[in-house]
Amino acid sequence: MEEIIRIRNLSKRYTGSDRYALKDLSLSIGKGEIFGLLGPNGAGKTTLISTLCGMIKPTSGELWFDNLNYRQHSRKVQRQIGVVPQEYALYPTLSAEENLYYFGSLYGLSSRELNRRIADGLHRVGLADFAKKPIKTFSGGMQRRVNLLAGTLHQPNVLFLDEPTVGVDVHSKEVIMTLLHELNTQGTTIIYSSHHLNEAQHFCTRIAIIDEGKIVVEGKPEELIASVAGATTLENVFIHHTGSQLRDYA
Amino acid sequence: MRKLIVSAYKEVLLLLRDWGGLAILFFMPSVLIITITLIQESTFKAVGESTLPIILVDQDAGEIGQLVAKNLAEAPHVQLVTEVDGQPIDAERARELVSDGEYQIALVIPKGISSELNEKVNHNVNHILGEFAVTEPDSAAQPKEKTWKAKEINIYFDPAAGHTFRNSVKNNIERMLSKVEVQKIYEVFVNEMGLNEDPGLLNGEIITFKETIAQKGNDGIIPNAVQHNVPAWILFGIFFIVVPLGINLVKEKNLGTYIRLRTSPVSYAIILGGKIITYTVICLIQFMLMLLIAKYIFPLIGLIEFDPGTQLPLMVLIAFVSGLAAIGLGILIGTVAETQEQSAPFGAIFVIILAALGGVWVPTFIMPELMQKVSAFSPMNWGISAFYDVILRNGTAIDIAQPLAYLLAFFATTLLAAIYYDKRNRTT
Repeated sequence: MEEIIRIRNLSKRYTGSDRYALKDLSLSIGKGEIFGLLGPNGAGKTTLISTLCGMIKPTSGELWFDNLNYRQHSRKVQRQIGVVPQEYALYPTLSAEENLYYFGSLYGLSSRELNRRIADGLHRVGLADFAKKPIKTFSGGMQRRVNLLAGTLHQPNVLFLDEPTVGVDVHSKEVIMTLLHELNTQGTTIIYSSHHLNEAQHFCTRIAIIDEGKIVVEGKPEELIASVAGATTLENVFIHHTGSQLRDYA
Repeated sequence: MRKLIVSAYKEVLLLLRDWGGLAILFFMPSVLIITITLIQESTFKAVGESTLPIILVDQDAGEIGQLVAKNLAEAPHVQLVTEVDGQPIDAERARELVSDGEYQIALVIPKGISSELNEKVNHNVNHILGEFAVTEPDSAAQPKEKTWKAKEINIYFDPAAGHTFRNSVKNNIERMLSKVEVQKIYEVFVNEMGLNEDPGLLNGEIITFKETIAQKGNDGIIPNAVQHNVPAWILFGIFFIVVPLGINLVKEKNLGTYIRLRTSPVSYAIILGGKIITYTVICLIQFMLMLLIAKYIFPLIGLIEFDPGTQLPLMVLIAFVSGLAAIGLGILIGTVAETQEQSAPFGAIFVIILAALGGVWVPTFIMPELMQKVSAFSPMNWGISAFYDVILRNGTAIDIAQPLAYLLAFFATTLLAAIYYDKRNRTT
């Protein structure tokens, strides 16, 4: 499979911290994959996604996106990625339409094309009738759907998702997962981070479990389950590799 | 360019949907400028125009007491009080009344002051006239050198009376007592010289003052309290934009929209540019609103109308550049602060400190030397200086070039500091 993201010896240590959030991490992600990043709290998932999105700079190591070096071509890379943060990341007093128009404009989409994609997107997630309502009046599930649209309007090659279904109702979750599958079918590579191991097991084509800033195991979900004696779910694999101890960091 | 315009439009929408924020930006500065000017105007009237009751305790019951009483009775805005509830006031009672705050001032003329002054004046006049041999060379009558212990007239002040008020009243009483002394000396001279008629030398002032405002050109505005206050409080209102702008930036971080913005292919300068455009327009609207209030609302509520004269374009320029300085500060505070609890109180208190240092309440030239030096670094001081140069000194664009350059440098420094801090924060 053609490589779209290549990470080599990536390390990140925050100023003032005596531990590495990421330590000498290397990873390759292929085009069209739905890649799951799983791990306990403080394992380094958010740091890795933030680094891949260009939000934070690594302490050392190199990143390539479609053979473009991140350091040298950060703006080109940013045009091709989409981010759906765990927070709703929308302006509560603006309408769904206004939020989407603003975020879409930042990717240089023309007004006509943007309006077309907004109308189409809102229709696909079942929010066409709520286009002009302020976000603050939306339920959690509705906000999650708009949040997803805001990160995908520019049709990114790679989409980063951080807990995209946390706290949503079953129907909203169904709509979100369907849309993500459609995007993937159209060629978008998805990098997905979640604590919902069951959802990851069924959604992802490949999974990496991170712990203490390192990848402890990676592979297809069924391969990972098969590799652990007695394991029937990804949760068993997760516990096997990361232990049962609580991971609280402050 | 489109990204910048869309960013500015988004900021406008956010403001229009936030009534609380709009109140801070427009309503509160308007209330502030009216309230402060009304208070300052009434304080000025209290000292300068309304009647001030003064207790007079005349223990002397002589000429001096009568002259002081006469002068006080004739003085404008003074009500002479010599008895309370039909009872004459003694020194102890006068002190109590002032101490209790029922009266602000009491004058106690000590016993024997008239006779002692008479003796002193007669002695000195005789001595002077003797030098010129105007009086008879009678050695027995020749006054010998004598010294007098100065008699004290006690002035009691209300402890709550301010320093400026005390000084102002004290100066007036001192001037009145000097006049009484001169009058007394003059009478003795006239008497000793055996003149049948008063030559009227004390009728009319010998030296008078002509007050001229040293402005450039002849078409300047005559300064008044409103002319001093309005620019200062306009600037204070403009700088308060730091609070909503700081909150705006902190909110973006808390909502997560900051993540979306920072991962999109747009520079932080563009994101900030949208805010700068919108908030600069807000500053100018705020400025015009306060100017309109000072021009059209002030006369309706008994205040003097603020007249920008022909200097309006330069005033707009100062407001524009001051607005940029305030916006730079707001962006820096919003970038560094992590919560609204940090940004809002810090921004508000910092603006008050800058205002105090800048001379909004107390003119910088009467500040202690150290504070004057510190004041030179307050952007509000640069703004006020520029406004005063234009409004009160009839200055030109060249005259305000330096303070405007300082304000622009402050804007650039705070903006670059915010961009640097944001970048450093993401790399560490």
